[in-house]
Amino acid sequence: MLNVAHYHVAYGQSEVLHGLDFTVAPGEITAIMGRNGMGKTTLMKSLMGIVPTSDGAAAVDGIDITSMKSYDRVANGIAYVPQGRMIFPTMTVQENIETGLSISGRSKVPDDIYELFPVLLDMKGRRGGNLSGGQQQQLAIARALATNPKVLLLDEPTEGIQPSIIREMARVLRRIRDEKDLSIVVSEQVLSFALDVADRVLVLENGRLVHDEPRASVDEEKVAAFLSV
Amino acid sequence: MFADYTWTELGSIFAMQGFAGLILFSVFVLMALGLAIIFGQMGVINMAHGEFMILGAYVTYLCSNLVEAYAPSLFGVYFFFAMALAFLAAGALGALVEWSLIRHLYKRPLDTLLATWGLSLILQQAYRSIFGAREVGVSLPNWLLGSVPLTDIIEIPINGIFVMVLTFVIAIGVYFILFRSRMGMQTRAVVQNRVMAGAVGINTEKVDRHTFALGCGIAGIAGSAFTMIGSTGPTAGQLYIVDTFLIVVFGGAASLIGTIASSFAISQAQSTMEFFLSGSMAKVLTLLTVVGILMLRPEGLFSLKIRR
Repeated sequence: MLNVAHYHVAYGQSEVLHGLDFTVAPGEITAIMGRNGMGKTTLMKSLMGIVPTSDGAAAVDGIDITSMKSYDRVANGIAYVPQGRMIFPTMTVQENIETGLSISGRSKVPDDIYELFPVLLDMKGRRGGNLSGGQQQQLAIARALATNPKVLLLDEPTEGIQPSIIREMARVLRRIRDEKDLSIVVSEQVLSFALDVADRVLVLENGRLVHDEPRASVDEEKVAAFLSV
Repeated sequence: MFADYTWTELGSIFAMQGFAGLILFSVFVLMALGLAIIFGQMGVINMAHGEFMILGAYVTYLCSNLVEAYAPSLFGVYFFFAMALAFLAAGALGALVEWSLIRHLYKRPLDTLLATWGLSLILQQAYRSIFGAREVGVSLPNWLLGSVPLTDIIEIPINGIFVMVLTFVIAIGVYFILFRSRMGMQTRAVVQNRVMAGAVGINTEKVDRHTFALGCGIAGIAGSAFTMIGSTGPTAGQLYIVDTFLIVVFGGAASLIGTIASSFAISQAQSTMEFFLSGSMAKVLTLLTVVGILMLRPEGLFSLKIRR
């Protein structure tokens, strides 16, 4: 579903990602692990068209998106839940979700989104900025789902969220995958969450993929060694 | 200063100056609504806003002359066409300016100050070259002339009532566009986080252009209304731009209600004080009060209380 080949990303002269190759199968949840500064967020941002790609290509469902603007990428089926959630704070919960409907031209929030996140239905008239961190995270996911994506990117969704909600989130992400049959790429530092949610674990170290293994055969200690400081 | 007048005279003076203030208020609101969108929402310091207004005024002037010369039978209703044309002309110029100038400066908001100031000088000279340096006035259809006598000494001009009704309709329209329509929702999303708005699938470039054009178009309508109460010269826009910025900042940059409330406060204070004091003294007092209030409430009269 998502094909990334020979993928280089640089900020000016300093290259951060030195040629990544990976594919995400339809309906697969892939976790990209790595410590701070290893290039996880840069990968997410460049897949979303926020940071330009310097070499290589990315394709969603066979369509090359490498040189598209962000909103064209969204139209081609990629959606993004950024680190720090970045919801629109002065807009209501419902309006936040509706921004995701811009691509499809629908005007009503689909019911299944509120089914996934009932708390958002209760709070749909509140301003996004007044929600708690966990609720804002749900709102950011709901907003991304409203674009009807084929590939959902989540950048460190557990950051700043309390443990009980993290477990709940892993459950919700698997449910979204099962119901909507989309591929999910989640960047993560929390190993327990990644093992909880992912079908496959990649490790990003200094801008290169150094480890790629299905969940079933993951050697926890080895991955943990990559994450320790 | 009140001693020279009797109580009834004072009452009438306040009523009539109050009404003159309401007309000023209407023009301020129309100017400020456009600027509240461009400066309050988009963060572009548009020094050329007054010139967009004057463009609307000149379009109205041209319309009035053309209709008077070629289709005198339509003269009674020409104003409505003129207003629509003023909106379109100012909006089209706004879209052109956004495309050629402003879109390169979203990441450098202070540079928009210099760029649009330069634009305002260019436009002023263009008006001077095309329409001449002399001020021009439009002739109003008969039904807009005259006044309604309320009592023996209080009279209310009809064109003033028309400007106020117009302002009311436009203010409601702007509210619906910004807060009840898809375009408004996308505008607010882009304004709050341009990068993220793109990443949820909003065509940010298109939204920016439409928003800027809308703000300029409303300035054009303000100019059209302005012709009814004053004459139009190449530099007339300059007289209003400072007041307009003052209103938007004082009202709270992102709040429409704030913009309207502060237009009301400032125009009423100006108009009432101008009768009793000199014009510049009235201005000094207004500015001092605004500065004082802004020191107590730096975000303006109305600001949203949320976590950011």
